[in-house]
Amino acid sequence: MLAEKALELVRELERSIDGSLPPYNEDRVRQVLEEMRVLYEQNQKDVSATVAGESGLFSGVQVRHAALERNKRCLLAYLYNRIEQIKKMRWEFGSVLPTEVKYNLCEQEMQWFGRYNKLLANYMMSIGGSGGLDLTQDMKPPKTLYVEVRCLANHGEFETQDGNVIVLKKNSQHFLLRSECEHLIRQGILEHIVH
Amino acid sequence: MSTLEDLKDESGEEVETMTAAEVLRKLEEAWLNEKFAEDLLEAKTDLVECMMEQISEMEDNISRAKKGDFKVSIHRLEIDRIRYVLSSYLRSRLLKIEKFATHLLEEEKVRKDDEPSKLSPEEFTFAKDYDKSLESHLRNLALRHMPAHIQSLDPKQIAVRPNLDKYVFLRVNEDTEGVLVEEETLDTGEEIVDMKRGDQHIMRYRPVAPLVASGAVSLI
Repeated sequence: MLAEKALELVRELERSIDGSLPPYNEDRVRQVLEEMRVLYEQNQKDVSATVAGESGLFSGVQVRHAALERNKRCLLAYLYNRIEQIKKMRWEFGSVLPTEVKYNLCEQEMQWFGRYNKLLANYMMSIGGSGGLDLTQDMKPPKTLYVEVRCLANHGEFETQDGNVIVLKKNSQHFLLRSECEHLIRQGILEHIVH
Repeated sequence: MSTLEDLKDESGEEVETMTAAEVLRKLEEAWLNEKFAEDLLEAKTDLVECMMEQISEMEDNISRAKKGDFKVSIHRLEIDRIRYVLSSYLRSRLLKIEKFATHLLEEEKVRKDDEPSKLSPEEFTFAKDYDKSLESHLRNLALRHMPAHIQSLDPKQIAVRPNLDKYVFLRVNEDTEGVLVEEETLDTGEEIVDMKRGDQHIMRYRPVAPLVASGAVSLI
């Protein structure tokens, strides 16, 4: 059926588990573009035939044109929603993506990610005149100043604001300033212990 | 080290007419409105800048305090809270700016000089660059490989627009009479509501949008 492949792309994204991004399906995108090219050429042929005097081709042209539009729409929706997901991950993981995520992005998406990073950084720097404000911090309303955390991975040394150096070793527990370790919790290096 | 009250009064001198507590209250109101409104509201750049100043001042005060002073941790928590409100406010704006970038830029284009802009200059730059980057991304990956006659992207067609007909909860701050809630249609007559201070309503966002902007009602 016409435009089936394009719809399959959208479905693929829709079916992916929340918060994850399936690999960029370059093959299928190419297939869709190929289908569009064929449709277009056929339309060109029929249009020139109609101009030359043949009749009865018009409805075929219209169906193909609708299929072209649908393909375009599905393809753009696919790309746009991937971008939305990539943006979400920027807020979650910070400016450097984990390798397994990077692997699923195509070249241009990586470039876009870099561009978005820069945009965001520029904007956050310009807030309030001097120094800016890191909007990726303070994602949840603070309840307490300090939180108890457990290390899930070896992270090495970590210097706290007051100059103490602690070693974040796997399975060790610490009592840290929430504002300091928030991004480590989001990266999955620390786990917030709730009693 | 002064107490919390002193600290606020001290830094309040910086502001011409408002005390720090008032700025915070205003910011919190702007934050809630921004959170619950469908479209982007006017940027409260002054409040943000003022609050940022307050924070750095409070931080200065704290760093001068004795180590282990009990009051320090209370102040720190207060700063954390303010910073959360501030970040959350700017974050929800940014989210809307990204979502409605094309639409906002279009609005900006037809805006007359005497009308205030919804975007602060920094936000405008961000929206412009974001919109551009998104378009070039779509163009690079898909559009330029398509047949020539459907390569175009009509901003009017693709722009995501806020749904102004969504229902919102609101509280009335100032008595307002004769708010036209429903235009007259063939089936029903027009509906007009008088709002009294302290009342709470649930209604469509569109008719009350100007009241939210002027501060006569707050979204809750």
